[in-house]
Amino acid sequence: MSAADVTSTPLLKVSDLVKTFGTEGGLFSKGVPVRAVDGVSFSIRAGETLGMVGETGSGKSTLGRLVLKLLEPTAGTIEFQGTDVTRLRGGRARSLRGNMQMVFQDPYGSLNPRMTIGELIREPMVVHGYGRDEITARLESTMRQVGVDPRMATRYPHEFSGGQRQRIAIARALVLDPKLLILDEPVSALDVSIQAQILNLLRDIQRRTGIAYLFIAHDLAVVRHISDRVAVMYLGKIVEIASREQLYGAPRHPYTKALLSAVPVPDPIKERSKQRIALHGEIGSAASMPGGCRFHPRCFRARQAAREPSVAVEGWGAESLPSACVREVPDFISIATEHVVACHFSGLEDRFAVTTNEHSNGQAVAIADLT
Amino acid sequence: MTSVTALCQPPPLSLVASSGVSSEFALEIRHLRTTFPGPDGPVAIVDDVSLAVRPGEMLAVVGESGSGKSMTFLSALGLVPKPGRVESGEVLVGGRDLMRMRPEELRACRGSAISIIFQDPMSGLNPVFSVGEQIGEVLRAHRRISPAQAKTQAIDLLNRVQIPDARRRFDHYPHQFSGGMRQRVLTAMAIAHGPQVLIADEPTTALDVTVQAQVLDLIDSLRREAGMAVVLITHDLGIVARHADRMVVMYAGRLVEEGPVGEVFAAPRHPYTISLLRCIPHLDAPAGADLMSISGQPPLSGSVRQGCPFEARCYVGRGREECRGTRPQLEAVGSPAHLSACHFSQSLEEEEARA
Repeated sequence: MSAADVTSTPLLKVSDLVKTFGTEGGLFSKGVPVRAVDGVSFSIRAGETLGMVGETGSGKSTLGRLVLKLLEPTAGTIEFQGTDVTRLRGGRARSLRGNMQMVFQDPYGSLNPRMTIGELIREPMVVHGYGRDEITARLESTMRQVGVDPRMATRYPHEFSGGQRQRIAIARALVLDPKLLILDEPVSALDVSIQAQILNLLRDIQRRTGIAYLFIAHDLAVVRHISDRVAVMYLGKIVEIASREQLYGAPRHPYTKALLSAVPVPDPIKERSKQRIALHGEIGSAASMPGGCRFHPRCFRARQAAREPSVAVEGWGAESLPSACVREVPDFISIATEHVVACHFSGLEDRFAVTTNEHSNGQAVAIADLT
Repeated sequence: MTSVTALCQPPPLSLVASSGVSSEFALEIRHLRTTFPGPDGPVAIVDDVSLAVRPGEMLAVVGESGSGKSMTFLSALGLVPKPGRVESGEVLVGGRDLMRMRPEELRACRGSAISIIFQDPMSGLNPVFSVGEQIGEVLRAHRRISPAQAKTQAIDLLNRVQIPDARRRFDHYPHQFSGGMRQRVLTAMAIAHGPQVLIADEPTTALDVTVQAQVLDLIDSLRREAGMAVVLITHDLGIVARHADRMVVMYAGRLVEEGPVGEVFAAPRHPYTISLLRCIPHLDAPAGADLMSISGQPPLSGSVRQGCPFEARCYVGRGREECRGTRPQLEAVGSPAHLSACHFSQSLEEEEARA
């Protein structure tokens, strides 16, 4: 797929993964299959963190569950350490999960309230047939590693705060010494002061153990803080993958650019001199997927490209857009080392018009309501 | 179409505080105290909170969960859930004290003079009525108008909150709207009677970042057009930096710092505010450095009965006699509009160097 894959066998390699949901009809409607993940490819090397960002409905959480095989993919392959694990079942799937674990967003929902902390952390080891002495030793060392006093092992989840529960969930995921941890919005339910504690903890653990992370989140600043490389998803597809420096310093996909410009920076002077790119309409839905490049209904670059004399255009609603954007799914183009982007006009230089706040609101929102 | 893409830029910071802001307050809260019964007597969830907003001004109320930021305004509107109780305080809107109003007066005031938007745009709308009917209901709650007039006004409102194709959208049901559009509908209801004060409680926390920007720009432009005072309750300091004129920081039910946004961000004078600003990852900070974190957990509001509620987590005051024994009061630091409740607010740099 890209220059990102040239090094030796990656820890995880995902190729053309597809997941389609819900083909049944409802009471009043015929079933429409929803392509939640639609042809996603990426890889993760041992010890690195790949950040996966996207908005609601981008398919990033579904992707995490597919990789861990909590969901069956509709098509595509998942390779772990060079072995195809896509169709593994039963005991072999279980032993794979010893190497791949997951931490969920909600530290309240993901821990069984009737089990003590000790039982919760022990459970994966029991399932994987560890001996009693090893279980005791590992329970203690893992609890220390995540900063929870081992003497707390007899307490129940409700006795802990959100941040502590997330530490316990991380301990439970780490206790089998996995090589890859999938973290699905692990800090977004936490207050900022606690969020920093968990992010620092995850970094410490990675430095010490060399574990790899797939870090799924919507907060671009958090993802930047923890990731080596970052992938951006939009409606079931990855639109751009790059190193952290490239993605945040020289984003190339129009969606990445708009997303980054929308994040408010906690600095009033910078924030108020910043220019934000106005997107057309709102994020579409996977249930009524736009054809061609799925970003074209909201894309500023497509509208700019449509005015170039050399570009073939066609009518789209009241506007004209490039035929390529409306009809063809863009392929990945490599534009720098470890930097790929899926855009028909990735070479076009973006031009913007600056408006002031009072008058910009209409332009920012009024073009199309896509839902 | 002359330009395909608009870049939105807010006005420079220096202009914000002066533009269209008069000196009379649209909302003034004085010494508000709300308690819940606890095992050792009443616990103050809102503890002696005083603040004020001028017409056309946006005041941000910042704090973590459980800091009392939402409860302050639920108390002000007489919406405290049982068994909570507003013990004392005044809430002045246009010179009238909401605390002394009879229930029917208060009901008339809510929604017309002061209104509120909540975080979750789904639970604020009834799924079985069309959006137009629901806006019409709000309009007719405070005014005697015909159904036809209500419809015209509802469509006007949908246009004002920039919902495209408002005439058609009037007949649609909430599930046919996206999250951002639902939040616009709720905003339309909240401004239906032209309130002097709009309280927005985490209005965009449930929304994606690109949509969030649009909804906040809308609230911003509505307050500028109508000279409406806006209280923005949020935990997101980026949003505060972009939109608010002044801010207050709450911790454990108390105000710990207050001031103009530019001043508080440039020179915070309370250790909690300082820690909060340092522990969020920035998009432009050198990546790879560890974040500062605040040790421990925030206390429940009202659980610290004496001394400074932040003492146990504070890098300046932890374990100090003064901080444990005496409750610090808000005092001016630097400019008269900038207040901090910290015994060491005048010497934080030296204290930090020592720590």
